[in-house]
Amino acid sequence: MVLVDQAGLTSAQLAAVSVLAGGGGIVAAVVAGGLANSRFLVLGAAAAPSLRGGRWRRAVEGQTVVDAGVVVARRPDGTLDRHVLFGFFATMVPAWVGGTFVGAVGADHLGSLDHLGLDAVVPTFFVFLLGRELRERRSAGVAVVAAAIALAAAPWTPAGVPVLLACAASVIRWRR
Amino acid sequence: MTDVWVVIGLLAVVTMVLKAVGPWALAERDLPPDVRSVLTDMVPAVLAALVVVDTVVRGGTVEVDARTVGVAVAAVAVWLRAPLLLAVAVAVLVTALGRATVWS
Repeated sequence: MVLVDQAGLTSAQLAAVSVLAGGGGIVAAVVAGGLANSRFLVLGAAAAPSLRGGRWRRAVEGQTVVDAGVVVARRPDGTLDRHVLFGFFATMVPAWVGGTFVGAVGADHLGSLDHLGLDAVVPTFFVFLLGRELRERRSAGVAVVAAAIALAAAPWTPAGVPVLLACAASVIRWRR
Repeated sequence: MTDVWVVIGLLAVVTMVLKAVGPWALAERDLPPDVRSVLTDMVPAVLAALVVVDTVVRGGTVEVDARTVGVAVAAVAVWLRAPLLLAVAVAVLVTALGRATVWS
């Protein structure tokens, strides 16, 4: 289970399970989940220059890349402190295991928690990370363009693709 | 049920490969500063896109609801330098209130 959660399967799991439930088959479900997680391709590349060692060691170190960890480990010059990245990842593991256990055991009793407003927690967390990022690096232009791309793409692309397309916004400061 | 576990297993492998590709392919190469700055700017781009997708998109349609208002109010709190827990509390409270009243 740790392995599964480590791979960042929350939104991806949702996408894959909904395809399965719709009768889409295993391949279609895995493709949907992979697309939902496609941002890790980009985040992995962004973290790459800060990792150490040969190709294979870097590929293993890259497994510790999670959205929040990349922001927390960031230095003012844009490189990552890889020890902070690893440490953040290590502290997340017990939370994933605990969350999965509670979900697996208690989900039937809990029902939907949306009326409590808990679906606002994750986006607020991302807003907080973005706020921190904008204060430190003046990347507001990139963020605005990325948000516009994601909004435009959302109605006609599968889950995860709007986020992947939005990464194109990062080229606007090319040769600034 | 077995299908679900097969999918989860395959998805874990796919995601690990996604994370490994960048570091593996770039290896020890020294990237030009331009490329580096583009890679660096991908982080705010991903975060901004995740905020949009998690706030105004539901099941593939753009939809403004209580959650949108809750996160927007929390964003103001973040802008005023509220700590994380306060911002989350504001978001949850406003969203729950909105759902109990306007979006009930």
